[in-house]
Amino acid sequence: MLDLAEIWPPIRLTLELATVTTVVLLVVGTPIAWWLARSTARWKEVVAAVVALPLVLPPTVLGFYLLVALGPHGPGGWIAGLFGGRSLAFTFEGLVIGSVLYSMPFVVQPIRNAFAAIGDRPLEVAATLRATPWDTFWSVAVPLARPGFVTGAVLGFAHTVGEFGVVLMIGGNIPGETKVLSVAIYDYVETLQWTQAHILAAGMLVFAFAVILATMLLEKRIARPRP
Amino acid sequence: MNPRDIGDAATIDATFAGRLGRFELDIGFQVPMRGITALFGPSGCGKTTILRCMAGLQHLPGRLTLGDETWQDCARGVFLQPHRRPVGYVFQEASLFEHLSVRRNLTYGASRAERDGAGPALDFGQVVELLGIGALLDRAPAALSGGERQRVAIGRALLSRPRLLLMDEPLAALDRATKDEILPYLETLHDSLAIPILYVSHDISEVARLADRIVVLSRGRTVTEGPVANILERLDLHPAMGRFEAGVVLNVRVVRHEQGFRLTHLDHHGQALVMPMTDAPVGSEIRLRIRARDVSLATVRPTGISIRNILAGTVAEIVEEPDTAFAETLVEVGGARIRSRVTRASVAELGLAVGKPVYALVKSITFERRNLITRTSRAG
Repeated sequence: MLDLAEIWPPIRLTLELATVTTVVLLVVGTPIAWWLARSTARWKEVVAAVVALPLVLPPTVLGFYLLVALGPHGPGGWIAGLFGGRSLAFTFEGLVIGSVLYSMPFVVQPIRNAFAAIGDRPLEVAATLRATPWDTFWSVAVPLARPGFVTGAVLGFAHTVGEFGVVLMIGGNIPGETKVLSVAIYDYVETLQWTQAHILAAGMLVFAFAVILATMLLEKRIARPRP
Repeated sequence: MNPRDIGDAATIDATFAGRLGRFELDIGFQVPMRGITALFGPSGCGKTTILRCMAGLQHLPGRLTLGDETWQDCARGVFLQPHRRPVGYVFQEASLFEHLSVRRNLTYGASRAERDGAGPALDFGQVVELLGIGALLDRAPAALSGGERQRVAIGRALLSRPRLLLMDEPLAALDRATKDEILPYLETLHDSLAIPILYVSHDISEVARLADRIVVLSRGRTVTEGPVANILERLDLHPAMGRFEAGVVLNVRVVRHEQGFRLTHLDHHGQALVMPMTDAPVGSEIRLRIRARDVSLATVRPTGISIRNILAGTVAEIVEEPDTAFAETLVEVGGARIRSRVTRASVAELGLAVGKPVYALVKSITFERRNLITRTSRAG
């Protein structure tokens, strides 16, 4: 009744997508979060708003514009052309791009808050102790903002696992290539395969609960002073 | 060019002028490259800003030279970034790195200073012992008391091999008992370090206890500067220095201890003084502070009085404070000068005037332990 070979590919694809997306988000999001936390530029809140946009934007709207951008006539298509492709839509890379944009606020916001909470003082102390700004960032700012990084990474990962609308718009439903968990559940329900839908849905439920619980426990542990 | 603008190999020369919001700073001072210089003044007079400018944490137009080294010179476009300046900075709050153990806090600056060797390298074990933090090394900063944190912060600054130590009211956030715990360590520093210290404070008793020189500041300007004893006996600075416990400091020599009554006999330029017994060894020099409000004046030697320190002298200066009941007086007693705060009515009734012989009555209570420094005095 339950065909593991059928259920496994979307799970694996989802985990791959979420992992790659989280890594990209940490790399891209950290400097953005740092800039948002430290800059005195007046227009930084405009940038912050753009980053936070996916929080309120319907996923289909973001998905629609991404589809246009990633398609053969958009910049995504041009980039794909460099590698002999036709379009970034309906590819794994396209999904990563979409997920990064969609999950950005969930990663940037906690890291930004953690950076802001450090304040100027520890950074000034580091400077008077001969640490270059680059050194200070790695030896003081990042370790002190660790709770923000953990929260950001967990939320980014979990949010990517759970995304549906954007994926459907730009990834479609290509088994093994763009068919992620949430789309698979949708598919099973459409085709009245309730058992499979139940298994995946219950799995997601457990996963989501585990993630939230783990985040809370982690935050508690990190907040506790270390010996 | 003003002669004070010419760098001298043995001085720290600082001039800063600029605007920070609604606050205007325009100061200049020149202090020797040794001992403790206090930047003294009421809150909001710009003391902290000056230290921040010297550390490069703030950028105001001006000039800063240490001996023949220029750290900032706006005229020539020179501004050394803070991490390039070999300063040790002790902030008002200890500001330890919470994610590092005490040991790694202490070595943070030390390992980085090695790259661009700056001031003299101090021995880790020695600093730890000097500050009494050996038992704390493997603890987290969060597990330390306020006094312990501040001592670690001082150690961390010292170990970064500074050529100049900047201390921004390191004791202000601490309670009386913790202050008394740290002050002896600061005194030891003063005696054992070859590094000049700029010490910001608005607490005159701290300044009187620790500093060799004072730069008096008021509303972003330098009022005066000089050796601590000279500044403290000046009566005209009262308004500029704000309300504080006026008084003088005297460096006195311990003559003998009187076990029976538990008293210590002292000598100041031939003038005998007595105080409750201290543990300072006979022959050593200690610093006393005598507050003006603890000194009364009499025109005849009083008898039948419990005060033991009755010093014969002459009035050297009287400054009446308009719109108050009080007058500040300076009395020359032997080689010492003692300030006394009396009422203007007393000045009139006793006919006090410059040159008039008087007796200064110093309540023994003035010689409290906390007003005393047990250390060998330094020349100059």
